[in-house]
Amino acid sequence: MNSQLLSLAIWVPILGAVPVFWIGSERRTLVRWLSLAVAVAGFLVTLPLYTGFDATLSGMQFVEQAPWITRFNVQYLLGVDGISMPFILLNSLITVLVVLAGWEVIEDKQAQYMGAFLVMSGLMNGIFCALDGVLFYVFFEASLIPMYIIIGAWGGPNRVYAAFKFFLYTLLGSLLMLVALIWLFLESGGSFNILDWHQLRIGMAPQILIFIAFLVSFAVKVPMWPVHTWLPDAHVEAPTGGSVVLAAIALKLGAYGFVRFSLPIVPDASHHLAPLIISLSLIAVIYIGFVALVQTDMKKLIAYSSISHMGFVTLGFFIFNQIGVEGALVQMISHGFVSAAMFLCVGVMYDRMHSRMIADYGGVVNTMPKFAALFVFFSMANSGLPATSGFVGEFMVILGAIKFNFWVGFAAATTLILGAAYTLWMVKRVVFGDVGNAHVAELKDIGSRELLVLGLLAVCVLAMGLYPFPFTEVMHASVDNLLKHVAVSKL
Amino acid sequence: MLNNFVMPDLYPAAPEIFLLLMSFVVLFVDLIFGATRRWMAAMLTVITLIGCAAITLVYSDGQTTLTFSNMFVDDLLSDFLKLVTYLAVIMMLVYSRQYMADRGLDKGEFYLLVLYATLGMMVMISAASFLTMYLGLELMSLSLYGLVAIDRDSTRGTEAAMKYFVLGALASGLLLYGMSMIYGATGSLEIGGVAQALYQGQAEKPVLVFGLVFLVAGVAFKLGLVPFHMWIPDVYHGAPTTVTMFIGSAPKLAAFAMALRLLVYALFGLAVDWQKMLLIMAVLSIGLGNLAAIAQTNIKRMLAYSAISHMGYMVLGLMSGVVGGQIDAFTAVNAYSSALYYTVAYVLMSLGAFGMVLLLSRAGYEAENLEDFKGLNKRSPWFAAMMLIIMFSMAGIPFFIGFFAKFAVLLAAIKAGYTAVAVIAVMFSLIGAFYYLRVVKLMYFDTPVDSAPITAGLDLRLLLSLNGLAVAAFGVFPDAVMMVCTTALMRSL
Repeated sequence: MNSQLLSLAIWVPILGAVPVFWIGSERRTLVRWLSLAVAVAGFLVTLPLYTGFDATLSGMQFVEQAPWITRFNVQYLLGVDGISMPFILLNSLITVLVVLAGWEVIEDKQAQYMGAFLVMSGLMNGIFCALDGVLFYVFFEASLIPMYIIIGAWGGPNRVYAAFKFFLYTLLGSLLMLVALIWLFLESGGSFNILDWHQLRIGMAPQILIFIAFLVSFAVKVPMWPVHTWLPDAHVEAPTGGSVVLAAIALKLGAYGFVRFSLPIVPDASHHLAPLIISLSLIAVIYIGFVALVQTDMKKLIAYSSISHMGFVTLGFFIFNQIGVEGALVQMISHGFVSAAMFLCVGVMYDRMHSRMIADYGGVVNTMPKFAALFVFFSMANSGLPATSGFVGEFMVILGAIKFNFWVGFAAATTLILGAAYTLWMVKRVVFGDVGNAHVAELKDIGSRELLVLGLLAVCVLAMGLYPFPFTEVMHASVDNLLKHVAVSKL
Repeated sequence: MLNNFVMPDLYPAAPEIFLLLMSFVVLFVDLIFGATRRWMAAMLTVITLIGCAAITLVYSDGQTTLTFSNMFVDDLLSDFLKLVTYLAVIMMLVYSRQYMADRGLDKGEFYLLVLYATLGMMVMISAASFLTMYLGLELMSLSLYGLVAIDRDSTRGTEAAMKYFVLGALASGLLLYGMSMIYGATGSLEIGGVAQALYQGQAEKPVLVFGLVFLVAGVAFKLGLVPFHMWIPDVYHGAPTTVTMFIGSAPKLAAFAMALRLLVYALFGLAVDWQKMLLIMAVLSIGLGNLAAIAQTNIKRMLAYSAISHMGYMVLGLMSGVVGGQIDAFTAVNAYSSALYYTVAYVLMSLGAFGMVLLLSRAGYEAENLEDFKGLNKRSPWFAAMMLIIMFSMAGIPFFIGFFAKFAVLLAAIKAGYTAVAVIAVMFSLIGAFYYLRVVKLMYFDTPVDSAPITAGLDLRLLLSLNGLAVAAFGVFPDAVMMVCTTALMRSL
């Protein structure tokens, strides 16, 4: 089956950004509506990916193949399986929300802001469906450029530092990955096809080296403890839209990399080094959970909570059982919705108060009841309350972890307490209680645009929490196949 | 005596002969119309170069033809390199028109020196003998010394020219000395003859290696590799920006040709020896170039150090042709074509970067500090985007040509077993990314210091846009240029 759907998912937003840049920031209304139209079009073209997806197949679907760089046998090879397909939809949906979220808030260079997000969206779709090593790498690195600009140009007071840190940290990892990709190309006799690499037999010593090269790259992106320090800076300084895209999509790229590269290409090294990854993941879950507890800045708190949640994802991948891996994938999607919503909520308050400090708030429920209801709901999801999407993923990973080793599962389960502690404590201090100060007393409740954005996310979170079957159904066959593949030694 | 004279086949050298003849025309035209119609000399220079390109294309049959008693060669590689050289020089001339006119430097000698320097490069590119190589090199270098000092009132320019001249003369001496040693050992000045002698193994190894060291030093000087890089920052900084642009573009192609002809074509038998020397210099250049560039506040100096590091990456490809003494045609072509591709990509980026400096300069004002790029996005979003493309391309970030150049070179290095070197190289390119990012930061995150409108002419704007878009387009579709480089090399080895 040959279709152009994946190409559309990549190139509709990127090419759509060109007229947005062209119009320029003077004609604001036109820019906004055009950006929204492009983002919605970008989302609509991804819908057939879900409706046309055959959940019984474990292989790649919607494959597109064309020669790109014949000199090195690099191909424009796209395809999705049950693991990557949901992220393309998630990414395209988040882009629509980000455009809406920047509707009135961004006053400076709005055309460039919108355009940067549209480009970013296309590039990230490219990462999720590239099946050629170079193509993947090219999208992976190119996506740094718009994010660097977004953080640096529209960020907070310390934005330059955060932008540089973000860029250089991520580049550090990806450059090592490039060396590994080239090594694999030479070892496989001249192929950059990732699926060919899945079948490649590699000795243990090179497997370990490749695993480490990939690990550095993806661990920075996830981010895993101890290379997570760029994330709080980037999140705090980035504009709301930037934080949303970072948390909802960009972090998933690292985790996705583990599933697409590390596990299937070097399964023996993955098994061998799994204890290391599991330890790092548990440190992220527990230690970073405690770090989140003491934050005074809401964005920073959510940033640390993201790291902690992503620890769950890496944990789920490296316990090598079906429920763990599926749980991790569900957790990734759920975290995409919940973290996006949390950052949007902070954004809503920040737009009104120009402060992210918990201490500056108190009693928001009195002046913003609609908003408070949604904020509390998302907070519950963030702390993993049953019937929200946050619960499903965490529960599955904990189940998987207990199957793997009771104590690992036990340690992971502490997140249910920690997550609830730092999230709910923040909610208590920000939302409830008496009106904290005069500024809070003057707050206006959310308008229909904000309500639409947050409401959409709330529906997603609730739907996924109550009935996760449509999500797990599509990934089932692919995860099954992945685990079978990983179980076979390549030595 | 005359009876023995055989008329050499002149066709392979037709572009050089045409350029030489036209240079006289330019000279006369400048003499007659120079005072009133300065544009005529410029116009004629460009026409000359276009004519050269046409002649090169017409006589390019893909065959390797030797002429002038095996001292001059015309092959596909030389045709390709010459075409890129013409293009680079033409672009430089268009970029520099207004800048030179504003400063009263658009005199006839500028165009003549540019033409003679170009002729020197063409001779270097086509050299099939040590003598021809030296001849071309001196013609190019002497013209460049003159160009650096073209602004006679500028003390910095004169100083730079002096430095360039003294160090350049030293390097030429080293090169000549190395050539004479190799001549002594092999009994031949012809590149083919030297290769033959090495192949037969008659030559004395110690003398050869001794000569090789000097030869490599001479080549490294022209490429600007550490530790022979001292002249680069001062000359780049001191010369008028258009001349810096000239030195930073086309001569790199000639220097690449020199390295290839001398080291690969002539001394391939000693590859194991010169590879080690190049390896050390490549790593040092990448390291020092990238580290020193961070400390610069002057964009011309920053680009100078960046040039040093870029040539280091290029040499990384050049030194990956032979694996463990084993000669394998595929690996060799792979490595040398990656170096060629890198050079071509670098020339394109370098022209664009200096073009940006020219864009921001105006009569009486040199925009050569990094500060001048502050807030460019507010002043002109389009050109800020062009600079963004060029900077990210130089940093080796996709989808731009610079990434694929680095990619090809790294692939060659890893294939040759230099994986550790490749890791070091990418780590330094991480450090290098910092100063390219800083330029982007100045343009996009800061508010303008200089808020004067950009007054550059339409020709510069158009060319700069094309240049920036080419850097992006050849990054999205890198295949064509890569294939041309590979074919040119394969058919000429």
